[in-house]
Amino acid sequence: MPRFLNEQQHSVLSAVVDRLIPPDDDPGASDAGVPDYIDGLLGAFTYDPPHIWAGGPFSGRFGGANGFTSFHRLTATEELAWRTRIEGSLGIPERERLGPVAGLQQRYATGLEALGADFTSLTPQAQDERLREQPEFTALVYEHACEGMYGAPEYGGNRDLIGWSNIDYLGDVQPRGYSDEEVSQP
Amino acid sequence: MTRDFDAIIVGSGPGGSTVADELTRAGMSVLILERGRNRLINLDDPHELAADYSSDELKFLERHFLGPDPWLEPRTFRRNEADGDHVHIGDVNNLPATVGGGGVHADGKLPRFREDDFRVLSELGPIEGTSIADWPISYDDLEQCYADAERLIGVAGLAGANPFAAWRSGDYPMPPGAPMYGSTITAAAAERLGFHPYPGPTGCNSVPYDGRPACNNCGFCAYFGCPIHAKGDPVAVLRQALLSGRAELRPDAFVSKILLQNGLATGVEWIDASGQAHEERAARVVVAGGAMETPRLLLLSGMAHPEIGRNLMFHMQTFVMGRMPFRVHGHKGRSVTTLHDDHIIVDEAAKAAAREHGLPWVKGGLVEHCSPSHPIAEAKAYPWGIEHKELMRTSPLRDHFLGFCMQGDDMPQSVNRVDLDPSICDVRGLPVARTTYEPHRHEIVSSRYHATKLTAILAEAGAEEIFTATSPKTEGTLRTSHSPISMVPVSRHVVGTARMGNDPTTSVCDPWGRLWEAPNVMIADSSLFPTGSGYGPTLTLVALALRNARALASEA
Ligand SMILES: Cc1cc2nc3c(=O)[nH]c(=O)nc-3n(C[C@H](O)[C@H](O)[C@H](O)COP(=O)(O)OP(=O)(O)OC[C@H]3O[C@@H](n4cnc5c(N)ncnc54)[C@H](O)[C@@H]3O)c2cc1C
Ligand code: SF4
Repeated sequence: MPRFLNEQQHSVLSAVVDRLIPPDDDPGASDAGVPDYIDGLLGAFTYDPPHIWAGGPFSGRFGGANGFTSFHRLTATEELAWRTRIEGSLGIPERERLGPVAGLQQRYATGLEALGADFTSLTPQAQDERLREQPEFTALVYEHACEGMYGAPEYGGNRDLIGWSNIDYLGDVQPRGYSDEEVSQP
Repeated sequence: MTRDFDAIIVGSGPGGSTVADELTRAGMSVLILERGRNRLINLDDPHELAADYSSDELKFLERHFLGPDPWLEPRTFRRNEADGDHVHIGDVNNLPATVGGGGVHADGKLPRFREDDFRVLSELGPIEGTSIADWPISYDDLEQCYADAERLIGVAGLAGANPFAAWRSGDYPMPPGAPMYGSTITAAAAERLGFHPYPGPTGCNSVPYDGRPACNNCGFCAYFGCPIHAKGDPVAVLRQALLSGRAELRPDAFVSKILLQNGLATGVEWIDASGQAHEERAARVVVAGGAMETPRLLLLSGMAHPEIGRNLMFHMQTFVMGRMPFRVHGHKGRSVTTLHDDHIIVDEAAKAAAREHGLPWVKGGLVEHCSPSHPIAEAKAYPWGIEHKELMRTSPLRDHFLGFCMQGDDMPQSVNRVDLDPSICDVRGLPVARTTYEPHRHEIVSSRYHATKLTAILAEAGAEEIFTATSPKTEGTLRTSHSPISMVPVSRHVVGTARMGNDPTTSVCDPWGRLWEAPNVMIADSSLFPTGSGYGPTLTLVALALRNARALASEA
């Protein structure tokens, strides 16, 4: 269920992240749910509490209960910062203290549109060309793609731990940790 | 609606928490005001520790969970006046704004300074363009407090392992924890070349200690709070202070002004989470906001000593990193487990190298044996496209990446300073701290000289494609900073800005950390340091806070 993006935007975004972190012998970014991670960030305030900071102390993957699924509440000031970042300043004076802020929602909406409605039907080479024509937007999506690929799955990406298993990485290992032997030996 | 306290303490980091413990032990009542949120301890039942920390790279490294949010509470930066008002607004060396302060974030390498770090001017002599000064106290004055600080925080280490260490009256309270695999390789290579690596003293429990468990080497240490509370963040002292029944801790409480009357503090003005201002009265005020926020508060309070904010020092960080032909798994362990101090010693060779560049001497710093551990940070360093997948699998910049970070001593310069930014305000409408900072030639010459030696060690260890980078940037290509501009030092070791001394005209504080300008205000953080040393500041600032708090309590 998309939180912010519409279906069209979601499918363009899926095509984009698959050029940034493509499938090869291992699954790529859209297999790992990266578009859902980005959609979850853009729509963080459609959840209560908002999906900004996952809880603690453990994820349950190596023992204990999963505390990551219950997100932290934000104070009013923290909400101001994150709404400004995500929604933009929108002419609201308290959001423009340091000048107008273009929100992530707007940057995604404009960026995806600029890639063209035909983006999904282009050849990979032509898609890459379009991405290179929008270097700023591509850099933004790439940052988020890396976060969605290799961040904790509770944020919507790294589905079935695809990101971590691609790179043979266990992620958070509390409360098990690593034994002295695992730390000191090859 | 005011209440009187024996002392108000600004900031709950290692400095402020230590003072709170010491003063409450002496029977005094304290109010601790902390601008950040409480994620550390149950304030209603301090026996219980919070469950908010986690091994979550997004939360801690990308989303400012421990604060300060760089948009709500930015800082500004410029190299010098020619840069104009500022060239960067946002994160400038942000240490966490949270109960426990930077102690929560740190991976806690906690070495003591050496004897000669307290008298650099008389041992090594001046350097043109710097304001090097001897400390008004000696190592011997502080030794007992160092020992007490190690016991209170819980430091794991091995006495005698470092031949360059200062004398000590006893053992560490805990044996060292397990060395990381990569460090065993670099340590062996360093030894073969005549260097002296040793297990770094760390504030992570190697055995259960103080009712908290042993560290389980989870790998999410530097920049993370410890989910199992095995870290020597200031939880031990803070808990003791709260359990005494004489300490009150208020989170979300930003101190905006020290109230002054006839050259003495009468209390503070503070702002709560909803922006409401309050006043609180006390017999004395202790400021422990860290070396950037402390001078900011003094300036916001209208203090006028011309040295306030000056002589700001970081560490000149020199990274020498290379690719190993096998995996070194830097994500298993406590971030850094092995150190060597050889570069801190100013020997004849270092003096000869300095003279070639017109300097009398150069001093390096503590060398941390390290390798990176977090995949999101790694991923962002690679290009997008099909290469990304291959690079992430082979992991040249994480799982095969090994090397050193030298925390090079930074010389105090009067022009390097913290003041109030002329136009940028925080969310409360108060001017933010502005940093004006440029390294001295000493730091650059020293960095290059020692980088050559570190490169030789890394080559001996079998690394390929070795390269060097520094922060602040001088040369090299490594992306060492989350900051958009690489002139902003990433070093989280910040000192100077309210130096202590014997002369009220050249120092801000007296030898007991009290402001010459308002003697019932005591500074209890690394702002006091006249010189920086090549060691992390935390154990020394805690030892100093202990010494000064004891003096204060005995006079009260
Ligand atoms: C990732 C990392 C690794 C580190 N590693 C090491 C290491 O290995 N060795 C070492 O020695 N050091 C290390 N440090 C540095 C160490 O964290 C600091 O030296 C230490 O925290 C400083 O303690 P402090 O009490 O002086 O200040 P802080 O820890 O900065 O605490 C100050 C507190 O005061 C609060 N505050 C500030 N202004 C106000 C105000 N006006 N009103 C109310 N509250 C206020 C802040 O929110 C903060 O909580 C590291 C830091 C980081 C981030
Ligand atoms: S490495 Fe140890 S001390 Fe550090 S966060 Fe993990 S368990 Fe805690």
